[in-house]
Amino acid sequence: MKRIYVNEKWCLGCHLCEYYCAFANSGKSSMVKALKDHKIAPRIRIEERDGISFAVNCRHCTDPLCVKGCISGALTIVDGAVQIDSDKCVGCYTCILSCPYGALSTSNEGAIQKCELCMKNAFGQPLCVQGCPNKAIVYEER
Amino acid sequence: MNYVIIGNGTAAVGTIEGIRAVDREGPITVISEEPYHVYGRPLISYLLLGKTTEEKMLQYRPADFYEKNGVKTLLGRRALKVDPTAKAVHLEDGASVPYDRLCICTGSRPFVPPMEGLDAVEDKTSFMTLDDAKHLDAMLGEHNDKRVLIIGAGLIGLKCAEGIYQRVRELTVIDLAPRILPNVLTEAPASILQKHIESKGVRFLLGDSVQRFAPHTAHLQSGGAVDFDVLVVAVGVRPNTELAAGAGCEVERGILTDARSATTVPDIYAAGDCTVSHDIAADTDRILAILPNAYMQGETAGRCMAGDDAVFDKAIPMNASGFMGLHMITAGSYDGETYLEQDEAHYKLLVTRDNRLVGFIMIGDVDRAGIYTSLIRDRVPLDSIDFDLIREKPQLMAFSRAERAKKLGGIHG
Amino acid sequence: MAIDFLYPQYEVVRNYDRCIACRACERQCANEVHFYDPEFQKMMADESKCVACHRCVSLCPTRALKIVKTDHTFKANANWTGKAISEVYRQAGTGGVLLSSMGNPEPYPIYWDKMLINASQVTNPSIDPLREPMETRTFLGKKPGKVERDRDGRLVPNLSPQLELNVPVMFSAMSYGSISYNAHASLARAACALGTYYNTGEGGLHQDFYQYGPHTIVQVASGRFGVHKEYLEAGAAIEIKMGQGAKPGIGGHLPGHKVGPDISRTRMIPEGTDAISPAPHHDIYSIEDLRQLVFSLKEATAYKKPVMVKIAAVHNVAAIASGVARSGADIICIDGYRGGTGAAPTRIRDNVGIPIELALAAVDQRLRDEGIRDQVSVVVGGSIRNSADLLKAIALGADACYIATAALLALGCHLCRSCQTGKCNWGIATQRPELVKRLNPEIGAQRLINLVTAWDHELKEMMGGMGINSIEALRGNRLMLRGIGLTQKELDILGIKHAGE
Repeated sequence: MKRIYVNEKWCLGCHLCEYYCAFANSGKSSMVKALKDHKIAPRIRIEERDGISFAVNCRHCTDPLCVKGCISGALTIVDGAVQIDSDKCVGCYTCILSCPYGALSTSNEGAIQKCELCMKNAFGQPLCVQGCPNKAIVYEER
Repeated sequence: MNYVIIGNGTAAVGTIEGIRAVDREGPITVISEEPYHVYGRPLISYLLLGKTTEEKMLQYRPADFYEKNGVKTLLGRRALKVDPTAKAVHLEDGASVPYDRLCICTGSRPFVPPMEGLDAVEDKTSFMTLDDAKHLDAMLGEHNDKRVLIIGAGLIGLKCAEGIYQRVRELTVIDLAPRILPNVLTEAPASILQKHIESKGVRFLLGDSVQRFAPHTAHLQSGGAVDFDVLVVAVGVRPNTELAAGAGCEVERGILTDARSATTVPDIYAAGDCTVSHDIAADTDRILAILPNAYMQGETAGRCMAGDDAVFDKAIPMNASGFMGLHMITAGSYDGETYLEQDEAHYKLLVTRDNRLVGFIMIGDVDRAGIYTSLIRDRVPLDSIDFDLIREKPQLMAFSRAERAKKLGGIHG
Repeated sequence: MAIDFLYPQYEVVRNYDRCIACRACERQCANEVHFYDPEFQKMMADESKCVACHRCVSLCPTRALKIVKTDHTFKANANWTGKAISEVYRQAGTGGVLLSSMGNPEPYPIYWDKMLINASQVTNPSIDPLREPMETRTFLGKKPGKVERDRDGRLVPNLSPQLELNVPVMFSAMSYGSISYNAHASLARAACALGTYYNTGEGGLHQDFYQYGPHTIVQVASGRFGVHKEYLEAGAAIEIKMGQGAKPGIGGHLPGHKVGPDISRTRMIPEGTDAISPAPHHDIYSIEDLRQLVFSLKEATAYKKPVMVKIAAVHNVAAIASGVARSGADIICIDGYRGGTGAAPTRIRDNVGIPIELALAAVDQRLRDEGIRDQVSVVVGGSIRNSADLLKAIALGADACYIATAALLALGCHLCRSCQTGKCNWGIATQRPELVKRLNPEIGAQRLINLVTAWDHELKEMMGGMGINSIEALRGNRLMLRGIGLTQKELDILGIKHAGE
């Protein structure tokens, strides 16, 4: 299965992936409409310090602790990708407790949010990957 | 291979999914006293709170879950006895279900200590099952006019309090312990959480207990009294070990299992709240009645029942809970060297011992707490990471570049 | 200084209706032009620092940015232009030599644009390169004058070592130091994939790049940086650099702050010391001296590799080339005055040397006249901008071309001509690690491959139109060119007829 992989060697810390992510999941038709005067809550996040930077998002583990520990069944694996049904999620944060990558985060709507590889939005392909100027994030089979 | 599972909670689901990861064919039978499609038990407080519905609760696994996994369900039927020689489970209604491999996922039941006058209390309930929640819901009614007394300030009692606090006239929680969540939190964070819950109108009576009940009054050990309309008993739970014991499985406080979830009787496995786990953070055996643990034990049992070589040896106590808007995540043991960070809104305690992170408590900001959990579960030597960075916040930056490359560039189980 | 006589050259135009304050521009500008003002809650810019490299423009996800040339003006004067005035101000302010990067930008004639290419009509068939064989492979090196046979009539192999090029384009010398590790990696990988060569420049060859040796030309320049036996043996050919089109007659200077551990090791000089390439080779004062070096290098590599000699296009280039051909060199490289540089004194860059077109025509003619054209291959560089320039160069007599500026453009260079600052936002002309990493060689190599592949397609298309199906048949075929708007003198030097003739 194709997954998103991060190579920190090429990460520039430009944070564009975060903005492309926020746009991709906004449901809006343009980035300006989606993000102007908004504080973004992206599903991919950059860690940076002392010239080192890298993006972190869901690794779509084959044996995901978040799915196993989910109390509501909101987290499931669909075609290999870990997806969340925000309608079922009650916001207990057990997945935040479980994920070794810190890849799930809270959203403004109360439910958890996480990278779903842009499978459920209008783009169908991870927009963070397309927006990365330096191939620090790639979407491929490994 | 013919599989039988007694119980229909998370451990049972884990067992089914574990079996099916290895064996797509062998018939599976689930026997459960509860008449419902499997649901996530911890959801009952969210049901009362209105964050979920009964319909959604029952979608813990989809409606076609049993069908798709080739599971025959015997719901609403009670298993009476396990005969390990004949390899059969005898039901209350006289039927008998043969098995090749059995998994006991009988969970636990509320513990109700003997209290004088309790029988005279009419509107009372425990808080464990969907039926309990429905019962409580009916007792509360529509008018937000009830006075509720909850006995027990543990997770169950407090989640119950959260579930109903907007729907009652008065809400009192009483516990013998001097602080709330005595098994989950240390003193300081407990008091932070207590203040928060109190600010939402809940009254706590700590270090106190009920001496005797009158139908609508609890007379306290300390001499006072609390009037109530509805009583919730949430003192604790006891594992349902009788079936296992009857089958000859070794049982202490819970059913004893190894890392493969096997009991001491051949072909009988056990998983979930009815078992004793080995807590690797404290290096002790104890009952870890938490949902992720139940799933992991169940899945391990399932895989092993189907012939795989699975082990689950990373059990630790851990909890993620929100109480009226304030979130808390805890894991592991609090015995060791402590590192505290605290401000108005947030509390964070890290506990280390022998070059390992063994426990943590986070209240308020719980972002990325799983990174801490993984350090405990994986017993990561702290001298292999940048501890200053990990103290600051949970971050992958604390790991070596090579370790990060594995984490972010590899495929993970 | 209390008074700054200079107004910023560029203005940053930000469309606030589009700006989402993602701050990518701020994070990506090594010149620190952009910043977020928390008070105004807006992105702002200090355009005095802007070099118009367009990094911010290219990365802005909402296309909210553009850089425009300021319309602020000095009082217009054809003689005292804004540029002339500004330069006086700058020198009066600093007392220093003006430094510039990349090629001569002055409006001298560009002869490529004054030559037109022929095509077949009616009497001679054109060739469709998609249907018929079309050869753009070429070989560089000395060609034997005659076929030799031994007493038994068997062929005697008398072919000098050759460089085989799948396309008649190579990447010209840019040192590791003047450009980044990742730029070098991109060039090296692309050269391998394309079946051509890149050139180390005078900075030596980084350990990591020995693997690309079969597609590497190793340079020996006046500073002799990084030259040792393994280095010479690593390359497919050795190039002696006598001169460079952007700065004929002067040496080079890599400031000590760019000489980090890696560069120090590669160049074999102490860390932090200035790397100064002398203006001349101190052991070469004559063609005979040059011959000594040529043969020293051949001797060192067992006569297995062609030796190239690179000279700048200067006034008497034809005579010099003739001498070089007689020095034993296998390939002569001529660099025109529009060739790029990482840093050169502005006055030299803008006033010294001659156009490559004229130099090439003169050299090719001279070597033919002297009957020694086959003894050397001729490679030209110094602003080959596209496949038409390439074709015209071959028709004028070149065996192949060198490109560097075009290659850097493919890597992202926006010709901001600020290489000398070491703050290249595109990760090309810089040694700062956080900037170097901006050029991912995987992307860079692919863009170079794309560029050269596209040129190759176009070259074949144009050759087919002319009814020519191989580089051999195009080389020196000046009948395929016509001048337009040129004087008789220029036509004579170029050896072509005027359009209509």
